[in-house]
Amino acid sequence: MEKTIEKVIKIAKKKKAEFPESYILDIADASIRRELSDKELETLIIKVRKAYERSKVEAGEAVGTVAAQSVGEPGTQMTMRTFHYAGVAELNVTLGLPRLIEIVDARKKISTPTMAIYFEEEYGNDESFVKKLANKIGKSTMNDIILDLNINYIDMKVEATFDVAKIEDKQLDFDEIIEKVEKAFKKVIINDNVLSFEPPKESIRELRLLADKVRDLQISGAKNIGKVIIRKEDEWIIHTEGSNLKEVLKQEGVDKIRTSTNDIHEIETVLGIEAARNSIINEALRTLNEQGLTVDVRHIMLVADMMTNEGVVKSIGRHGISGEKSSVLARAAFEETGKHLLNASIRGEVDKLTGIIENIIIGQPIPLGTGSVGVMMKPRKRKGGR
Amino acid sequence: MKGIIKQISQINFGLMSPEDIRKISVTKIETPDTYDEDGYPIENGLMDPHLGVIDPSLRCRACGAKGGDCQGHFGSIDLARPVIHVGFGDTIHKVLRSVCTECGRVLLNDTEIAHYRAKLKDLVANNENLKDIIKEIYNVAHKDKCPHCGVEKEEVKIDKPISIIRGDYKLTPSEVREYLEQISNDDAFVLGINPEVARPEWMVLTVLPVPPVTVRPSITLETGERSEDDLTHKLVDILRINQRLIENMEAGAPQLIVEDLWELLQYHVTTYFDNEASGVPPARHRSGRPLKTLAQRLKGKEGRFRSNLSGKRVNFSARTVISPDPNISINEVGVPEMIAKEVTVPVQVNEWNIDEIKEYIENGPDIHPGANYVIRLDDRKIRVYDETKEAILERLEPGFIVERHLKDGDIVLFNRQPSLHRMSMMAHEVRVLPYKTFRLNLCVCPPYNADFDGDEMNMHVFQTEESRAEAKSLMRVQEHILSPRFGGPIIGAIHDHISGAYLLTRTGSTFTEEQTLQLIRKARMPIPKRKNRDWTGREIFSLLLPDKLNMVYTAEICRKCSVCLERDCQYDAYVVIEDGELLTGAMDEKAFGSFSGKILDKIMKEYGSNTAREFLDQSTSLAISGIMKVGITTSTNDEEIPIEAKERIEAHLDEAEQKVDKLVEAYENNELESLPGRSLEETLEMKIMQVLGEARDKSGEIAESYFDMTNHSVIMATTGARASMLNLTQITACVGQQSVRGGRIDRGYIERTLPHFRRNELGAKARGFVHSSYKEGLDPIEFFFHAMGGREGLVDTAIRTAQSGYMQRRLVNALQDLNVKENGLVTDNSGMVIQTMFGEDGVDPAKSDYGKAADLDKIIDEMRIKK
Repeated sequence: MEKTIEKVIKIAKKKKAEFPESYILDIADASIRRELSDKELETLIIKVRKAYERSKVEAGEAVGTVAAQSVGEPGTQMTMRTFHYAGVAELNVTLGLPRLIEIVDARKKISTPTMAIYFEEEYGNDESFVKKLANKIGKSTMNDIILDLNINYIDMKVEATFDVAKIEDKQLDFDEIIEKVEKAFKKVIINDNVLSFEPPKESIRELRLLADKVRDLQISGAKNIGKVIIRKEDEWIIHTEGSNLKEVLKQEGVDKIRTSTNDIHEIETVLGIEAARNSIINEALRTLNEQGLTVDVRHIMLVADMMTNEGVVKSIGRHGISGEKSSVLARAAFEETGKHLLNASIRGEVDKLTGIIENIIIGQPIPLGTGSVGVMMKPRKRKGGR
Repeated sequence: MKGIIKQISQINFGLMSPEDIRKISVTKIETPDTYDEDGYPIENGLMDPHLGVIDPSLRCRACGAKGGDCQGHFGSIDLARPVIHVGFGDTIHKVLRSVCTECGRVLLNDTEIAHYRAKLKDLVANNENLKDIIKEIYNVAHKDKCPHCGVEKEEVKIDKPISIIRGDYKLTPSEVREYLEQISNDDAFVLGINPEVARPEWMVLTVLPVPPVTVRPSITLETGERSEDDLTHKLVDILRINQRLIENMEAGAPQLIVEDLWELLQYHVTTYFDNEASGVPPARHRSGRPLKTLAQRLKGKEGRFRSNLSGKRVNFSARTVISPDPNISINEVGVPEMIAKEVTVPVQVNEWNIDEIKEYIENGPDIHPGANYVIRLDDRKIRVYDETKEAILERLEPGFIVERHLKDGDIVLFNRQPSLHRMSMMAHEVRVLPYKTFRLNLCVCPPYNADFDGDEMNMHVFQTEESRAEAKSLMRVQEHILSPRFGGPIIGAIHDHISGAYLLTRTGSTFTEEQTLQLIRKARMPIPKRKNRDWTGREIFSLLLPDKLNMVYTAEICRKCSVCLERDCQYDAYVVIEDGELLTGAMDEKAFGSFSGKILDKIMKEYGSNTAREFLDQSTSLAISGIMKVGITTSTNDEEIPIEAKERIEAHLDEAEQKVDKLVEAYENNELESLPGRSLEETLEMKIMQVLGEARDKSGEIAESYFDMTNHSVIMATTGARASMLNLTQITACVGQQSVRGGRIDRGYIERTLPHFRRNELGAKARGFVHSSYKEGLDPIEFFFHAMGGREGLVDTAIRTAQSGYMQRRLVNALQDLNVKENGLVTDNSGMVIQTMFGEDGVDPAKSDYGKAADLDKIIDEMRIKK
C-alpha cells in the first residue's frame, strides 16, 4: 500500500496534479484493487486531475448560502415525530427535524442524550465483561435489588429485603451497597439481607417519604446515565440513556476511538473543539440520512466549521453567530432590531458595509459572485500625445 | 449610465446631542394643532410647511423644492423638563450603578481602568464584539465604596423600563442627567460609551426632534375627513402636556402638580419611542388599537428592516396561475400575451435595430410585438399612443431607449415561493402564448416544487444588458439540472414521462415503421434512416442517446432477486447501453427521472448542459408520444383481486388479530415477559404493533402476488412514476394500523377510544387497526380512527413548515456572508477564515459526481473499454 501511495505521489507531482490527501489514498486504493499497470495509473491520474480541476469551486461562489439552503430545504420534507428508534428498539432517540434544530441550536441540554460504547478487541466478545461494565455505569436503585418494600405503620418502620439473586445478576458488591445505604440513612438496621429504616420523625407522612427515598437510592452507576442496554451486533455494544463521556472513557476495556455520545457540548468539553466539529457533522449527516435525504457533506462541514471556528461551539441564531456579526445593520435586520441600533449608537459603532444584507439595505451590489469582481481598464493613450 | 455612481463606504452610529438636534431643526414646534379651520397648516404646528411638503403643487418653505423632490426637514420640541429615553433606561441604570454619585468617577481603581481601557481599545481596533467585556466591566464596577473619594455607594435599582431608584428615593430625570454630566469622557469610554459620538447625558432628552411630514403623512379619507398618522397623534400628546407643564411652572403651581405633569410627559415620550416597552401601558388610538410608534415601525417581519430594506418591491414583474405545457422546452416559459404587452424590455436604438424598433412603435401598445414607452435623449419618457405614434416615429434616432413588449426569446426570471433553494429562481426564455396562464415544462416542477392545483408563480423581466448576460450564463434552467445539494439531477422526467418511457422500451413493444416515424416526428427528433422493418421501442429510444454512451445499471423495477440474471433479466430491470445503443432493460425513474436519473446525470456530466437539455426535452416528448400510441389507463379494476386472494388475506388478518388477542391475554394473566428497559405495557404495545405491521405487510404481499406488469397501476408504482406498492395494497388488501403520536390510538373516552368498546380493551380494532381496504370501504369506527391519523398528519405539516422555515432563515443569515477567495480560502466578510479549502478538497458539490470529483472505478472501466 505504502509503495503505491509513494508511486501515486510521484506521478502526481510529475503531472503537476495537486490532490488533497484523500484523493491520493483513493487512487492508491483503486490502483491496488483493480491491479492497474503503471501506464494505466498514469492515465488515471491525468484523468482525475482533469476532473478535479473541472469540479473546483469558483472564486466568489456563495458557498454559505448554498450550504444553508441545502441543509434547510430538506427540513420541509422531514418528519416531526420526535421519538423513533435508531436501531435499538428499546431506546428513544430524538430524530428528524427536531433533532436537526437541536444540533444547529447547539443546545446545552439535548432532549435525548445517548451513548454507544464499544469495546477493545479482546473484550468485544466477552459477554460477562461487557455485562459487568454495563452494570457499573448503568443506574441501579434500591428498587432494582430488593425483593419487596414494606411500610410497617405499627412499628413506624420501612422494611426491605435484598434480592440476592438480582444483586448477583448485576454483579454488584454487597459491602459497597451496605456502605452506600448506611451513608444515606442514619437510622438503619441491617440484619443480613433484611433492612429496616426508621424515619427521622414519627409521622405517617415522613414514613411514606422515607419509603420513596429508600426506593430511589442510587446504588451504582455513572452520573447522568440512566438505563443501559447491551446488544450483540458484530460485537457487544452498550447503548445508554443519558451520557457521561468522561466517566465512560476512563473505564478499562472501552474503545476510546469508537465510543461516542450524541451530546455535542459534552464532546467539546471532553475531547475538544475539533471533535465537536466532527460530531456536528456526524450527527447532522446521520439525522438527514436516516430520513432518506442526501445532502453533500461539504455543506454540513461548512455549517459545522462556522459553528466552531472560534474555538467554542456557537449556535446558529441570535445568541450565536448572527448576534456576533460585526455589522450593525446585519444584526438589526435579523432579530432584536431596536436593541442593536440603540447599543450601536452609544458605542459609536461603524458599519463598514462589507456583508450581504448591509449592501442590500443600502441598495448596492453585493460583494459575492458577479458582484465581487470589477472591471479595471487602462485608458489607452492616443498616439501622438493627448 | 449618467454621472458618477456614488458608493457608500461606511455608516457611523452615534447619539444626537441637544445642539445637534437644534442645528438640524428648521423650526420649533410649539402648537399642538395641525391644521386650522381652512385646512392650512399652522405655523409652528406639527404640519408646519418648513418640515417639508407632500403635495407636488406646494413648495417646501425650508428648501424651496416641490413636494416629492423635498425629503423633508426635522423640527424640534424644547421639552420643559428633561425625560429619559426608553431605549437607554437599562444603560443609564448600569452606568449610574457603576459611578460614584459624589465625584462622578467610575467605581474602578486606576489599575482596573487602565486594564480595561487597553482591552477595549484593542477590541475596538480589531473590530471585535464588545458585549462580553462590557458586561464584565459593569460587574467589576458594582462596588460599595468609591475607590477615588471613598464615599459609600448607595444601591441603585431600576424599575423597568425607566424609573431609576437610589436607595428608596426615585431620581427625577433632571437628577439623572446631572449625575451623568459628572462623568468624564475617559470614564465614559470604560463604561462602553464612546465619548466621540455620545455623551452619557444625551441619553436624557431635553430637546425632541420632530420628524418631517413625509415620515408621517396624513391621509384624506373619501369623506374628506383627515386622518393623521400615529406618530403625529403621539407628538400632539407630547406637545399638549409640554405646553401645560410650561404654563403650570410659570404660574408657580404646586410641586405635586408639576411632578404629575412631568411624569405624564415622560409617559408620552416613552410611548412615542416604543409603545411596547414592558411595564408601560401602550398608548391607544381612539378606537382602542395600540399606536404604531417609532420602534414598532422598525421591528419584526413587517418592520422597516425586514419588509422594506431587506426586501423591496419591484417593477416589471408579473404573477399568474401556472399550467403545464409538455410541448415547450425546459428552458422556456409560456407567457400570456396580456402580460407580454404589459412588462417591457428597454432597448437602446441604434443604426442596426432602428427599423425593427420602428415596427414596434408602429404596432403601438395594444398589438403584440409593440412598444409602450420611448425615452428621448433628454431623458423624457413618452408613452406611445396610437395618436402620438407618428410623431415619435419621426423623431426616433439612435440613442433613444424604447420600452418594447416582451417577445419570444427574451430572458426572464421565474420564481415560485417559498424560495427554499437557488433552483426556486431560474431564468427562462419567453414564449408568448395565448390564454392567461404561465406555461411551464413538467420537468421543472420538482425544483420549483410546483403543481397545477392553482399554484401561482412570479416572473421578472431584466432591465439591463449585464443582468441578462449573467442570467443567461448562470441562472438558465439547463444550468441547474444538477442540484448543489447532492450533485445529482433535480430536474428530470416525472409521472407520465416515466410510465411512457417504460411502455415504449419494455420487451415486446414494437412499432411499425410508419408508427415509428410518427412518434419521432411528434417528439421533434431528427428523422432516422428507414429500416424497412418493425422497430423496437428500445431502438427508437436509442436514437436519443449520445453515440459513445456506455452504461450498465439496475433499473427501479428491479425485484432484487437473490441471483441476478443480469442481461437475461425477465423483468427488463438490467439496463445495458453500449455505444449509445439501448440493448436490454427498460427506461424508468432511474433512467431519467428527477432526483435519480442515471442516464440524465451521466449525459449532463459528460456532454454538458446543452446536450442534457436536448436529451431531456426529446426523451420526455418521445415518452409522451409513446404513451399516446400505447395508451395507459387506470381504474379501480386495477386493484381487483380474485376471491381466493381475498379469502387468503382475510384468513391472514384474522390470524393476526387472534395473535393480538393472545398477547393481550398473556399480558392480563401477567405471563408476558417484558423487554429489557421497558415496562410491561410498552412491551405489549411494541409486540402488538409488530404483529399488526407484519399482518399488513403480509396481506400486501398476498395482494401483490396477483398483480403483474399488465396492470397499469402496477406499472406506475413499480417504475416510480407515481404512487407506491403500499398505496396499491392499501386499496386492495388492508389499510393497516392508524397511529397518533407514534403509537396505537389510545385517546378519546375514559380508558377507551370509543364507547363501542369495553374499558381498557386492547384488541386490534379497539385501538385503531383498520382491517378493511380502501376499496371495500371503512366502517364508521375505522373511518374515525383513520381521520384521527389523517388529522395528525395535517397538523404535523403545518408545524413543520413554520419550524423548518425559521431554521432556514437562521442558517442563511449565519452563513450568507461566506465567500470563496481566489486562493481557495473560505472567508466571512470581516476576513476571518472559516475553511482553508472548501469542503476539505475544494470541490463544488454542484459540479461533483454525487459528492466526488471523479468516480475512479468509472474512469478505469472506461479506460479499459476503449482499449
